[in-house]
Parts: sequence; structure tokens; C-alpha cells
Amino acid sequence: MVSAIRSLWAGDHREGLSDGWRRATEDGPVPLGHKPPPKAHLDPHGRAECDPMIYRECGVFKATYKEDMAIFPIPLDRWGVGAIVAAAVVLVPLVANDYWLGSILIPFLIYSLATLGLNLLTGYAGQLSLGHAAFMAVGAYTAFNLSSRLALPVLLCFLGAGTVSAAVGLVFGIPSVRIKGFYLAVATLAAQFTIEWVIAHVPWISGGSVLGTIDTPPMKILGMAINTPLKKYLLTLFVVLVLTLFAKNLVRSKVGRAWMSIRDMDVASEIIGVSQFRYKLLAFAVSSFYAGVAGALISFCYLGAVQVTEFELFLSFQILGMVIIGGMGSILGSFLGAGFIVLLPIFINQAVRLTTGVLPTDLLSNIELMIFGGLIIFFLVVEPFGLARLWHTIKDKLRLWPFPY
Amino acid sequence: MAFFMEVLISGLLAGVMYSLVALGFVMIYKASGVFNFAQGAMVLFAALTCVCLSERFMPFWAACLVTLAAMVLVATGIEGIVLRPLVARPPIILFMATIGLAFFLEGLGQAIWGTEVHGINIGIPDNPLPWLIQRGLMVSQFDLVAALIAGVLVAVLVFFFQKTRTGRALRAVSDDHEAALSVGIPLRWIWGVTWGIAGLIALVAGIMWGTRLGVQYSLSLIVLKALPVLILGGLDSITGAIIGGLIIGASEKLAEVYLGSLVGGGIENFFPYLLGVLFLWFRPYGLFGREIIERV
Amino acid sequence: MAEQETGRRSDGPPLLEAHNVHMMFGGLMALHGVSLHINKGEILAIIGPNGAGKTTLINIFSGVYHPNPGRILFEGVDRTTMPPHHVAALGIARTFQNVALFKGMSVLDNIMVGRHLHMKSGFFSQGLYWGLGQKEEIKHREYVEWIIDWLEIEHIRKTPAGMLPYGLQKRVELGRALAAEPKLLLLDEPMAGMNLEEKEDIARFVLDANEELGTTICLVEHDMGVVMDISDRVVVLDYGQKIGDGTPEEIRNDDRVIKAYLGSVGR
Repeated sequence: MVSAIRSLWAGDHREGLSDGWRRATEDGPVPLGHKPPPKAHLDPHGRAECDPMIYRECGVFKATYKEDMAIFPIPLDRWGVGAIVAAAVVLVPLVANDYWLGSILIPFLIYSLATLGLNLLTGYAGQLSLGHAAFMAVGAYTAFNLSSRLALPVLLCFLGAGTVSAAVGLVFGIPSVRIKGFYLAVATLAAQFTIEWVIAHVPWISGGSVLGTIDTPPMKILGMAINTPLKKYLLTLFVVLVLTLFAKNLVRSKVGRAWMSIRDMDVASEIIGVSQFRYKLLAFAVSSFYAGVAGALISFCYLGAVQVTEFELFLSFQILGMVIIGGMGSILGSFLGAGFIVLLPIFINQAVRLTTGVLPTDLLSNIELMIFGGLIIFFLVVEPFGLARLWHTIKDKLRLWPFPY
Repeated sequence: MAFFMEVLISGLLAGVMYSLVALGFVMIYKASGVFNFAQGAMVLFAALTCVCLSERFMPFWAACLVTLAAMVLVATGIEGIVLRPLVARPPIILFMATIGLAFFLEGLGQAIWGTEVHGINIGIPDNPLPWLIQRGLMVSQFDLVAALIAGVLVAVLVFFFQKTRTGRALRAVSDDHEAALSVGIPLRWIWGVTWGIAGLIALVAGIMWGTRLGVQYSLSLIVLKALPVLILGGLDSITGAIIGGLIIGASEKLAEVYLGSLVGGGIENFFPYLLGVLFLWFRPYGLFGREIIERV
Repeated sequence: MAEQETGRRSDGPPLLEAHNVHMMFGGLMALHGVSLHINKGEILAIIGPNGAGKTTLINIFSGVYHPNPGRILFEGVDRTTMPPHHVAALGIARTFQNVALFKGMSVLDNIMVGRHLHMKSGFFSQGLYWGLGQKEEIKHREYVEWIIDWLEIEHIRKTPAGMLPYGLQKRVELGRALAAEPKLLLLDEPMAGMNLEEKEDIARFVLDANEELGTTICLVEHDMGVVMDISDRVVVLDYGQKIGDGTPEEIRNDDRVIKAYLGSVGR
């Protein structure tokens, strides 16, 4: 058997083998005994011919494109996203009215941001948190104080809101180093209730009014007042786009992979070298940053005045529901889930009106509750990866249509 | 000193009430490995059904029986629609499903019975007993009955789990669903039984709490008070639920009275949780919970 | 051939030393005073009946457990109490008895996680991606693609690891461990549950890693044929104690080992 193995090995000798010493190339040290790994063929733009880092599904696309006469061009995804963004920036301001902007699109964007934050923590890093709303509250009140006490420009207020939230989230995330699963979920409830209490009982934070009610001061950017729904919408859109891009980059880099490794098998992850301490806390910090900015946006661009009760436990659950329904571990899913939940009451209202006339609001809100809960169960059972996976499945089918396979 | 004792005792008794709810959690967790966040919703649903039935259609005792039947029905539904499809998934998924279930049950209960507050009167007065007031304690007959009921429930449950065949099967199922299935334990029936018993506990807790607070939406929030109890006591220990409840109840009242006056009150909302987190840091599985050992 | 073999038995200090390692779980003493060393560049096999403590020893080497009492030295430095992610940073990588792949991630991503310690870009370069973050990603991606090529798993690089057949999962795990460019590679039953062809493949890769990359290998294995053929030295454990330590030839003829474990080894 020895000789069999040896000859197998000898027959597979790599060319250019030498009795190695490390050879440094422009790219860094090379493993012992081998020539440097082949440089990927570069196209005229300097991009690798088949580098999925840049073209997300490049390899698969090219093969299937050549092979099965697909109807849609390769960069459909890029074009699609580009079109949506362009529509959001240009088309929407032209056609949307104030109601749509102020009551649907702006909260949709804000909740998407909050959901994105929780998705990073729970969907990517696997740390279940039920205290997300509290971090949003921290952001809202921080932004308020920065704006009214220090008169900082709006964007800096948002930045500050996120940073302070991140710090608070970091502190409340410390238990995650030792505590797992639903014990951790319960520990995050400590964050939710403690922060609620602090905001309501420390007059300095909220200016001393009952329930911590605050009115947000007017905003200005470069001298221009942000006082119409359209301008608030554009500001919100800008912030959300930037942060979404950042998150998308994070999850496809080292940080994102480290988080997912913690989610999938934390013991193995640590043995490979991923510091659980650092990355779990990082997840809490980043997630809380996003929550903080979302909270600031709620108070500045959406509601105009907030109270502590705006950020109660139920909101935490709502956002968790958005994560589940939209798809855990998916950036797109965060938007889909948030959109779904924001539009749900409207749909139910319309549906009820069409079928049975007007129902008492009590009953209506209970029905919404039932549907919300039912949907969470439905998605967990049927499609645990949520609407995002559903969307990918549809896309896959469309890619081959009209061919059956 | 008498004041301290009074606060302590009232805290302990409140703790007993928390334990009642926690017992339902432990029951389900021991038997199916699921952390049932919907326990509070079940308490609310049971209490609402019972109270509304007894107000409109039938005497109280009949309402209890009908509610019990309804809870068993609900339990079967939960088992078939929520648990069975998710049997092979990681526990966190099941936990999130019970969160969804909680909302569903809350919505359902209130959609059916309306959202007004109902009072329950089961004939046990909630006034401080005179013979104890003389000794400086404000304890009512109701408190004593609650403690008695909790004690009886605990004794019955412990006996059930340790000594009966079904109890043993339940413990096997909670440890490893698939292994239990392969040994021939009828999973579905077992789960039905478990959730049925949890429903019974929910009914008892619902009646007790409903008498004290009135039957209304906030009843489902009792579950939030039970969570620190579970942290302390461990999710799968009946003894832990009782002791945890006592500790949380007592410390919450004491903190509220002695610390709360310093900072403006309302401490009882978050203090138990901070206490819980502190405990978890040193004992990630609770005082009495079983540690889950992962083999690499 | 001979030159290559002497290259492996370096006369320098051992890469890893274990001194008098004891390990207790609850009331059970899993390891009693085990001492061994691993030389740089060699392939050491650890064999023994089930329950002998082999995986426990591997876990101690990778820092999951800490011996009490006992010492572990790596490259001459005491690292007995180091936590696992520091041990990984020293240059020790491993595979697991029950495949521990990240099931929700693709093969490519799994192996990229193996590069984790080599990736230096900071949080913000990753978030801002274009520029430093991207350059580093591509650089490490090239190395990982080379490993994928080498292990012949190109066709499954985008498949979620949880969907692969067992044999391929083991191979991916090997790739992930190798991606870390380890000095010492610990393999816990890399050939468990495989057919002959798959075993030959893995054996080939193990030998390649040792010969071409110079990786020191410590291998826990049950298949005697493989052990005798590819290892330079063999350590035998039984009931938590070391009962043999020497070349395959020596072990094959050792009475104690034969009595405890081998029965008759025919090959």
C-alpha cells in the first residue's frame, strides 16, 4: 500500500516543484515548495475574468449563459439594483405625494435600517437579541441632545447617535461572551427594560418631561432647512443607502464570514482562530449603531416628536419579526421584511374594507396581531430563509424561463 | 424590622405567583425542549376564555372545565401546526416560533372575547388577615391559598416526572427528540399531553393572577416577569422555578422599597433582569439547570 | 527519496511537546500522565481503542481543554493555558472528528474563514471595500482558489457546505485547515467512514501537505494500513495512558501494543 500511495503521489507531481524555500512574490510569501498561485486572467478593466468577488455569480452565469441560451443578460442584478436606486432617487420625488413619502416610504426605509442592524446581529452572527428597540431609543435621545444642546449639524448628530448606541450596545453585549441561546435573549431584555427606565427617569436625557417626550429641533444641511417630507425622504434615503452599502461590504468580507462562522458553529470557529469575544461584541456594536441611527431618523425625519413608549418591547419583537419574515442573514431580506410589515396594516385595512366594510379598530389591530404572529410561524416552518430566499427562487426560475430546467 | 419582614413576605408571596407561571415554562421545556414564549399568551387566553364563559354562559366551575378542554384543543393545534414541522430544527427556531405563537394567541383571545378588563371573583378574599396584621404582617387569605396551590402543583409535577412512565418518556423527549422517536415513544401524543398540562397550569395561573390584577392584556406580560425566574432557576428544573420565583419576588420587592425610593421608583421592571444577567454570567445555565456539554 | 525522508526527521527541537498531561472530566480521568513530542516536519499518528483519549489529547493540543496538571510546549514556549484562538494564531490548525463545517456557508467561504488570521484589513477597510479591503480579499481568494484546485473541489466551491456528501465535507475541512498555512496540522480521524478510493485521496493530500508544504502532521486514525504506511512515528494510547511510541515497525512488533490493541496486523 505504501508504494501505491507513493506512486499515486508521484504521478500527480506538480510541475515546477522544488525542494522549497519560501519565495516572496509581489503578493507575499508563497507556500513552501510551490510556484506562486496562478494569477487570475485579467480582463481589460483589470478585473479577474471569473472572480466572483466582483461579479457575484460570475462563474455560474458564464457557464450557464453560454450553455443554455438564457434570455436575460448577465449583469441583471446590477442593473436591477441600479434601477431601483435610481427610481428611489429620481422617480419617487416626482410622483409620490406627501402621504406616501411621510407615512410609507420614510418609515419603510427607517425600519429597513433597524432590521438590517438586527439582521447583522441575529441573522449573520447568530446572537438573538430582544432589546433592539432600546438601542434605537438611545440613538433618538442622543441625537436630540446633540442637536439641541450642542447645535451640531444633523449628519453629525446621526453619527453621534449611532456611536453612543454602539457603545451602549457593546456594554449590554458583554453577556453574549458567556451566555448563549435563549438565555442570551433574556439577558438582552435586561437592556430593553433598563434603558427604558433610565430614559424615563433621568431628566437630563429627555429634558424632564413626562414619559421623556421630546420634540426634535428643526434640521438644516448646508443652510438649507429640511422641513418638507420630500427633503426628509431624501435625507433618510441617503443615510440608509450609505449604511446599507457598508453592511453589504461587511458581510462579504472577513467580518461577515467570522460572524457566520460563530453562528454556525462557535466552538469550531474559535479553534480556527476567530476571537469570539471580539466578534460577538463587534456584532452588538455595529448592530446597535444601525439601531441608533434608525432611532435618530425616527425622531428627526419621521415622527418629529418621540416618547420612551415609542421604543417599547413590542417594537423589538416587530423588528425581529421583520428579520424572520424577510430572511435571516440577508441584506435584501431586511428590506423585504420591513416593507412587508409596514404595508401589512394597510393591506389588511383595504382587504377588510373591500370584504366586510369597516371593523372596529380594536378588532382590526387584534387581527393584525394574529396575522403577524401567524406569519412568523409560517415563515419559520415553510421558508426559514424568508422572503429573500423566495425571491431568489423566483429569480432562478425566471433565469431559465421559458426552459423548464 | 417588622417592615422588612412584611416586605420580604409580600415579596416571597409575589414570587410564588411568578413561580406558577414559570412552572408552565419548565413543564414544556422539560418535556419538549422548547422554550415556550407563548406561555403568557396562554395564561391570558385561558383566563379570558374562562372568565368570559362564566360571565355569559355558565357557572364558574363549568367554565373552568370548558376552558380546560379548549386549552387541550389549542395544545393539539400548536403541536400539529407549529411543533411537528419544526421538530428537527435548532431550538432557537422553535423559540422564535413561540414568539409568533404568543402574538397569535393574544390576538385571537382578544379578537374573540374583546379587550375590556374583567374581574374574577372566586370567593377567596384578598384582604389582609386580621390575625396576621396583629403580628405586623399584611398577608391575605388569597396569598396563602396561592402559595398552597403552587405547593400542590409542584408536588404533583415532581411526582409525575420522577415516578411515572409518561414522565420519564417526557424527560427523554426533552433531551433528544429523534432518539426518543427511535425508541418508540409516541412523540405527538406526548407533546399533546405536555402542552395540555401546560394549559392547565396556564389556567390556574390565569385565574390567580386575574383575581389579583383583573383579566386584561397586561396579563400576558406576566411572562416577562417569569423569565428572570427561569434564568435563576434554570429552564428545566421544577425546584428551580420555585426557588427562583421566591428569590426574584423577594429581591424585587426589597429593591423597590429600599432602592426605589432613592431613584424614583419603577425599579421592579428591570432589576430582576439585571440580577438574572449577573447570575447567568457565573452560571450560564441557571442555579439548577443542566449544563449542555458540546462535544467537539 | 532518502534525502526527502531525512529532511523530515529534523534534529532540531520538537515542534510540540506534551509533558505529563492529565485530564479529568467530572470523575473520569481521561488522560493519565501522557508525555510525547512531535518533531518538525514529521507525520505522527496517534492510535488506540475508542475511548483511549485520543480526541481529548487533540483538544488539548488545540487549546479547547487545559491539562491539569501537565504542560504543553509549542516551539519551546509554554502555552498550556492559552485559549483556542490564540493557539490558532501560533500556527496550529485542525480538523474534527464530527465534521465541523459551517453549514450555512459555501465551500469557498468556509475555506476563506481558514484564512481569517492572515487577513489583516481593518473594520473600516472592509466596510468601505473598494481599495484596501478588496485587494486583500482578492489576494487571499487566490490562495484559497489554489487550495481548492489542489484538493480538486472546484466544482462545488459555491455549494453550501451542509449539502455536500460526507467525503467531500471532510475534504473541505482539510482545505479549511490548510488555508491557515499551519505549522502543525491536527487531523482527527480524517478518513472515518470513507471507502478505499476516498481514503487514498485523503492520504495523498496529507502526504502532499507534508512533503510539499512542509506541514507537520499529527493524525488520529483507526485504519491501521494507512497509519503504518504514511506515518513516520506512531504513539499508542490505551485507557488514557501512552503504551507505545516509536516507528511503525517498532509499534507493530511491540508486545504491549499487540496485546492491548492490534491483535494481528497483517499488511
